[in-house]
Amino acid sequence: MSGDKIKIKVRNYGFYYGAVKVLSDISMDIQENTITAIIGPSGCGKSTFLRTFNRMNELLPNTRVEGDIIIDGIDIYKDNIDVVDLRKRIGMVFQRPNPFPKTIYENVIYGPRLHRKYTKKQLGSIVENSLKRAALWDEVKHKLNTNALDLSGGQQQRLCIARLLAVNPEIILMDEPASALDPSSTQKIEDLIDELKENYTIIIVTHNMQQAARVSQKVAFLLTENICEPATLVEYDDTNKIFTNPGDKRTEDYITGRFG
Amino acid sequence: MVGEGIEINKRRKTVMEKISYTFLLFLTLIVIAFVMGIIIYLIVKGSSAINWEFLSQKPRSGMREGGIFPAILGTLYLVIGTLIFSLPIGILAAIYLNEYASKNRLTRIIRLSIINMSGVPSVVYGLFGLGFFVILLKFGRSILAGSLTLALLILPAIITTTEEALKTVPDSYRHASLALGATKWQTITKVILPQALPGIITGSVIGIGRAAGETAPIIFTVAAFSQPNLPNSIFSQVMALPYHLYVLATQLTGTPEDMQWGTALVLLMIVLIFAVSGTAVRTRFRLRKKE
Repeated sequence: MSGDKIKIKVRNYGFYYGAVKVLSDISMDIQENTITAIIGPSGCGKSTFLRTFNRMNELLPNTRVEGDIIIDGIDIYKDNIDVVDLRKRIGMVFQRPNPFPKTIYENVIYGPRLHRKYTKKQLGSIVENSLKRAALWDEVKHKLNTNALDLSGGQQQRLCIARLLAVNPEIILMDEPASALDPSSTQKIEDLIDELKENYTIIIVTHNMQQAARVSQKVAFLLTENICEPATLVEYDDTNKIFTNPGDKRTEDYITGRFG
Repeated sequence: MVGEGIEINKRRKTVMEKISYTFLLFLTLIVIAFVMGIIIYLIVKGSSAINWEFLSQKPRSGMREGGIFPAILGTLYLVIGTLIFSLPIGILAAIYLNEYASKNRLTRIIRLSIINMSGVPSVVYGLFGLGFFVILLKFGRSILAGSLTLALLILPAIITTTEEALKTVPDSYRHASLALGATKWQTITKVILPQALPGIITGSVIGIGRAAGETAPIIFTVAAFSQPNLPNSIFSQVMALPYHLYVLATQLTGTPEDMQWGTALVLLMIVLIFAVSGTAVRTRFRLRKKE
């Protein structure tokens, strides 16, 4: 059963770039094995919020968080948390496909091999399984040793998904995973996301509202009300409710296309 | 009216384009002409001296006959020794600067030092090598002292080219790797360095060229005027091609002119061989990536 157990708790979360506060006072519960979409106008901090969960924001200098992000009961911003271990459990798909300039095979085994040794046979089955789960196996099984950069954009993005599935994460973060792709590739990615929710908790950032409506069960709407002010969580509810009967006037204005 | 104006403008632009293109082409050809000129001149003047004896024998009759084998060997030893010291330090320093260091006062000072290091005349390195490696550390005039001095000399070039190469690796690769749970070091060794390798090889080739050709530093630290026996340890002195060339051309009378040119040609060939093999490795690496 999906949606019963709370996987991630966000409590009074805020985020600063240097002295500038970009996210403020966000609290929400994200359920296990559901797809949660984060929507909002450009520049409202959706991606920043997403990168909170695997602590990728830390790669930038002078950033600071406040509040708690609790995954499976553990505050991931505690000092004793191993970020490397955290990122193994929480995979990420980026806006632009970013396979390594290596072969398809090497791309998929990159993650698993970081963490332990495998026999050639084990690696072979990891590659096959991961590519199958990413719905890419049939297209590439005869050319696993070609350079990943020779694939189309949509295939590259599915390869990136296969690459992260190979590490067996529990949570998958997706940062506008289809925004750089054509409609038919987008369709394939969306189908894939829908299949993945059986086994993974997925958080997807999108500024495409149709996409949010199509793929997600929950929607969080972030908004910066005035420039210079941090973004806040305006509304968080079932996707159906948000798109048919939003509880907040600003949500309604946004989803009907009055701004953003 | 307007249309006419655009026409005239376009014509003027086309003429300007052509003039600047021709000018740039001309300048480029001058560069090529000089390089070719030097090489052809060396070959014309020096090729007559080159034969198996010249390459494989010791000098005889006060260096006026025989070969230059000890100098070739010495230069090879020095190039290899220089790379052994400068490559690891240079690459690790570049990794530190590009991947780990934050922009603060310390890194500014480091960068400033590197720029200044590349501006220091080689003779000053020679004197430093003499004072520090030869005398203070008691290495004596030796392959070890000479290699260390040359390594210092080419370190800025290695650091700068490696850092440039690291900069060309897109951040998206770093992010992809880190997001898969790689440590920073794993990301560097498995993704970034392989990508930066071609640039690092270019830097090494430039360094080799300098190390093989420098004269002043080795006079102070390693080069022997003449050596009856071949070097047998890193504490031996060696003869080296640039210094040998200097000796043949200015310190002795009656050395056949083609021996001097022949020595210069051999020096150039050694550098070229290193450059060509560097390029070959780079190309093979690119092809392998493309496959």
